[in-house]
Amino acid sequence: MQETMFEISVYGLPQPEKEKLLLKRLNHLTEHHVENSGAYAKIIRARGVSAEAASLDEVPFLPVRLFKTHLLSSIPEEERFKLLTSSGTTGQQVSQIVLNRKTAEYQSRAVIKIMQDYLGKQRIPMLIIDHPKVVKDRSSFSARGAGILGMMNFGRKPVYALKDETMEIDWSAIDTFVDKHQDEPIFLFGFTFMVWKYFVTVLEQQSHKINLPHGILVHSGGWKKLQDEAVGNEIFKERVEAVSGIRRIHNFYGMVEQVGSIFVECEHGRLHAPSFADVNIRNPYDWSSAGIGQKGIIEVLSALPESYPGHALLTEDEGKITGIDSCPCGRMGKTFEVIGRLPKAELRGCSDTFQDKGR
Amino acid sequence: MDNVEKLRKAFAEALQISEDVITDDLKYNSIKEWDSVAHMALVAELEDVFDIMLDTDDIIEMSSVMKAREILTKYNVEFS
Repeated sequence: MQETMFEISVYGLPQPEKEKLLLKRLNHLTEHHVENSGAYAKIIRARGVSAEAASLDEVPFLPVRLFKTHLLSSIPEEERFKLLTSSGTTGQQVSQIVLNRKTAEYQSRAVIKIMQDYLGKQRIPMLIIDHPKVVKDRSSFSARGAGILGMMNFGRKPVYALKDETMEIDWSAIDTFVDKHQDEPIFLFGFTFMVWKYFVTVLEQQSHKINLPHGILVHSGGWKKLQDEAVGNEIFKERVEAVSGIRRIHNFYGMVEQVGSIFVECEHGRLHAPSFADVNIRNPYDWSSAGIGQKGIIEVLSALPESYPGHALLTEDEGKITGIDSCPCGRMGKTFEVIGRLPKAELRGCSDTFQDKGR
Repeated sequence: MDNVEKLRKAFAEALQISEDVITDDLKYNSIKEWDSVAHMALVAELEDVFDIMLDTDDIIEMSSVMKAREILTKYNVEFS
């Protein structure tokens, strides 16, 4: 499965076929983690569940929060290659995700395969809505750094839109970039809150418009902060277009606990599960799987994590399935919508880091 | 300067390592200097030196010096 999982079409498999492949891989991962992580084995044994699930919704899942309180690893110390941490605002615990080379490689390959579907294989000029220092510490990346780095594969000669930790916009860099590339496809990437606060609203306030009709903006990191300002996806898109002329805007849902298998919003505004991953909505009262359109807690499944037992995780987000093999964009598999954080969940989001930590 | 030498120089420059370390067997992520950040610098350097445009598949496949040679050959860079 490992190698072939990158060869099958990312959005080409109808759900029943995809589930068969994914189930095989996830069962293998459960067994692998039982054998290699003592802590994980104990949890599985205590729950009394079988490692061999008969369907995706029987794959034993862990609450995502567990990675904040425990360092769960399925590799010997000497194989430890990188430690990913979530953004962790002040007073909050951060998730710690142990990577070996293989899992890190799977993650970058997955992101590339997924994004090729939206951006093409060619690398195009890239404007990063962040500052260069965020990828500076190379041994331990924040979720923000890892996200930017994964996307940089698509960028030819990437340019940063912000100067440094002050988040001051770099007009000269942006103007030079726009002059040079406004007639060709360009790729913009940033975390949702950063794009909003340090790019869109700054352009609005300074009435400095730019025109990038061929631009494709990809952003992620969660809506929590923007919801406080009553800004949702629709308003976000409208205002991005108004200041920049960009009409192709893709949000994606993903988390540091499952880097690589991201769920990208298509042209019709739906989040899509790629071949390496899936979503399941669970009823909070009995953990049963919810049907199409029913609200519940989002569980994410990923074929990638070998170095840590994170292949089936119950998130702290609420969502609903919007369709199966039925999106008008033609991509197969499940589509879903994220409604928001569960009320009791600790407030968190990749792009929240800056304000509280002053980074 | 022939292409073999150009390639070594490009690796040395992008990864900031001595040319002596650069052999065909050198692998991505096997030394701390050749990590994902340096990989981006390497790609840019190879594109400049050989005047080519690599695509995203090339970037993931470029997992060793040997692989880099193979990929460059695809773009008509010859290593005799």
